[in-house]
Amino acid sequence: MFHWLEKHPFFFAVGVFVAIAFAGLIEIVPNFAQASRPVIGTAPYSTLELAGRHVYIKNSCNACHSQLIRPFKSETDRYGHYSLSGEYAYDRPFLWGSKRTGPDLMRVGNYRTTDWHENHMKNPPSVVPGSIMPAYTWMFKNTADINTAYAEQLTVAQFFAVPYNKEVPMKDGSTKIVKMGESVADANALALEEAKVIAADMKDQDVKDAVANGQIPEIVALIAYMNSLK
Amino acid sequence: MENRPLEYDYTVAKMFMFTTIILGIVGMLVGVILAFQLAFPEVNTILGQGLAEYTNFSRLRPLHTDAVIFGFTLSGIFATWYYVGQRVLKVSMAESGFLMFIGKLHFWLYLVGVAAVVVSLLLGITTSKEYAEFEWPIDIAIVVVWVLFGISIFGLIGIRREKSLYISIWYYIATFLGIAMLYLFNNMEIPTMLAASPAGESGIGAWYHSVSMYAGTNDALVQWWYGHNAVAFGFTVPIVAMIYYFLPKESGQAIYSYKLSLLSFWGLMFVYLWAGGHHLIYSTVPDWMQTMGSIFSVILILPSWGSAINMLLTMKGEWQQVAASPLIKFMVLGSTFYMFSTLEGPIQAIKSVNAIAHFTDWIVGHVHDGVLGWVGFMIMAALYHMAPRVFKREIYSKSLMATQFWIQTLGVVLYFTSMWIAGITQGMMWRAHDEFGNLAYSFIDTVTVLHPYYTIRGVGGLLYLVGFLMFAYNIYKTMTVGRKVEESELQNASPMGA
Repeated sequence: MFHWLEKHPFFFAVGVFVAIAFAGLIEIVPNFAQASRPVIGTAPYSTLELAGRHVYIKNSCNACHSQLIRPFKSETDRYGHYSLSGEYAYDRPFLWGSKRTGPDLMRVGNYRTTDWHENHMKNPPSVVPGSIMPAYTWMFKNTADINTAYAEQLTVAQFFAVPYNKEVPMKDGSTKIVKMGESVADANALALEEAKVIAADMKDQDVKDAVANGQIPEIVALIAYMNSLK
Repeated sequence: MENRPLEYDYTVAKMFMFTTIILGIVGMLVGVILAFQLAFPEVNTILGQGLAEYTNFSRLRPLHTDAVIFGFTLSGIFATWYYVGQRVLKVSMAESGFLMFIGKLHFWLYLVGVAAVVVSLLLGITTSKEYAEFEWPIDIAIVVVWVLFGISIFGLIGIRREKSLYISIWYYIATFLGIAMLYLFNNMEIPTMLAASPAGESGIGAWYHSVSMYAGTNDALVQWWYGHNAVAFGFTVPIVAMIYYFLPKESGQAIYSYKLSLLSFWGLMFVYLWAGGHHLIYSTVPDWMQTMGSIFSVILILPSWGSAINMLLTMKGEWQQVAASPLIKFMVLGSTFYMFSTLEGPIQAIKSVNAIAHFTDWIVGHVHDGVLGWVGFMIMAALYHMAPRVFKREIYSKSLMATQFWIQTLGVVLYFTSMWIAGITQGMMWRAHDEFGNLAYSFIDTVTVLHPYYTIRGVGGLLYLVGFLMFAYNIYKTMTVGRKVEESELQNASPMGA
């Protein structure tokens, strides 16, 4: 049979394809519907948080920081409750990372503040002596891309039925509504409202001035995203 | 007519040889910079504070991995395909104007793709998925490049004189099919510019931005099915294709066992894809998939070692060639590193070991003993073997090649030993508890302790880069001043100057 295959490239290629496609079909397909269901308490990202997530991705924070807490005592002691599949239901793409040069950030919003992040992103060793993380000073100057975040919200609401402007159940029995703008201007106004809350807790005068003038620096969006990780 | 030896056309092979060398230098140089950034954070602002956004670790890291995978390795795969393909199918590219055109188009589009990737990664335009960072416009370009590669493979097969496909061709076909399937499914994404707001606006935000078709755990599952098997079909399958051709050719020895090559090929095809789950152990993907990932990773030792042992036994009775020829040395040590790496991988895939190894530098060490010791050595050996045939000149310097071999071997050894120690140290410190059951170390303790190992790793990487520059110089001198050789000198062992 093999000698015959080696003289018939088409059937050879078909044979190879069947052999390699097999595993994907068995392993990936059955789990798809199950794993995409959100757990209670998981809400979609707001416009500003999503813009912050884009800043996180733009700077490959995931190259050094994971967002996956494994079910070991040493990990739950350090980072909080181990990760549940449904908590990632609105993560496109997933940001688990593959390397922890720095600590996990899955629930960083539970134990770090806006103030801490501001100091840390400006000069990491000032808050963590011995840190090898570079400073991300340009995030204080670059403007966050709110429009692209809004376009992504529209896309996921339309194609994947992500529940924006709808009631989402929370752990304490209450519900939460994550708002998505009606128009680009509306989305920018919503993001600015959120940004003002963050900027109020910050010290950098340039950032405060920018937000007062209706501009949102990347750092503000990033901190909004970090604070949402719980 | 039938008795006249064929004159093969290496135009396209030559073009890809150049990109292999240039992108190899780029990828490895960026790698060395990254290594020193971890040891000495000041290197993050190597070009000053103003350019720090483009020179810091996190922005450069995807550039390093992609330059090595899609630059150096892929160019090496294409270069060897346009050389080996003609020779084992007994047909010249010059016989088909169409295939020659496709080959050149393949090269130039590939080059455009590479340029787009470099620019977009430096600007931070990325999907964040490892080795699949490119946004949709580049993805489409990559698919076109890949289709051209496919046309070239099957086109050449279509007009072949040798009816039976040699083992290397099996592996090139598998490379084409495997990457095509993986890349398409992992990069399913929706451009966000397609969305319209309730107010009727469309084309909002960055035109190149897209959102993944998969969310969370599913996204992770597809990504590591891709990520693991991009290694399979980029770093294993085509490199095995190379060694099945170049080792017998250079040594003048027949392949030890046809049956072993059959078992290894079909075994590798079937088993490899299952093993992706080992990247997700103790994550939120179902437990049974994690276990399948572990088990199939262990089974993977069989086909991997099958190929490697087949190669080593091909040298049976001819071991003096290993001592005599640095070119054979590269291939034999490459096979040995392949065995080593394919044993190390399954060990890391065992759940209890993975609990310590995952997220640490041991994984980084594993990747590099495979890529530096196996992929890098084999591609350089292939280019060394091709150079005298392509340029009709003797390899410029044998002693330079031998020196390069030892420098790079030392580099690889320093790299993986330091990363083993670093990884296991960190993994153990993360989980250490004191006598009251509290965590013994804060996270930063587990970072500062790694400084000496990060420094050693940087030195190891630098040695490898120095060796690669010696390789580039040797090839350049071969092209320009190497002694001209006759066809009769090119039977087996490559002619080399002192």
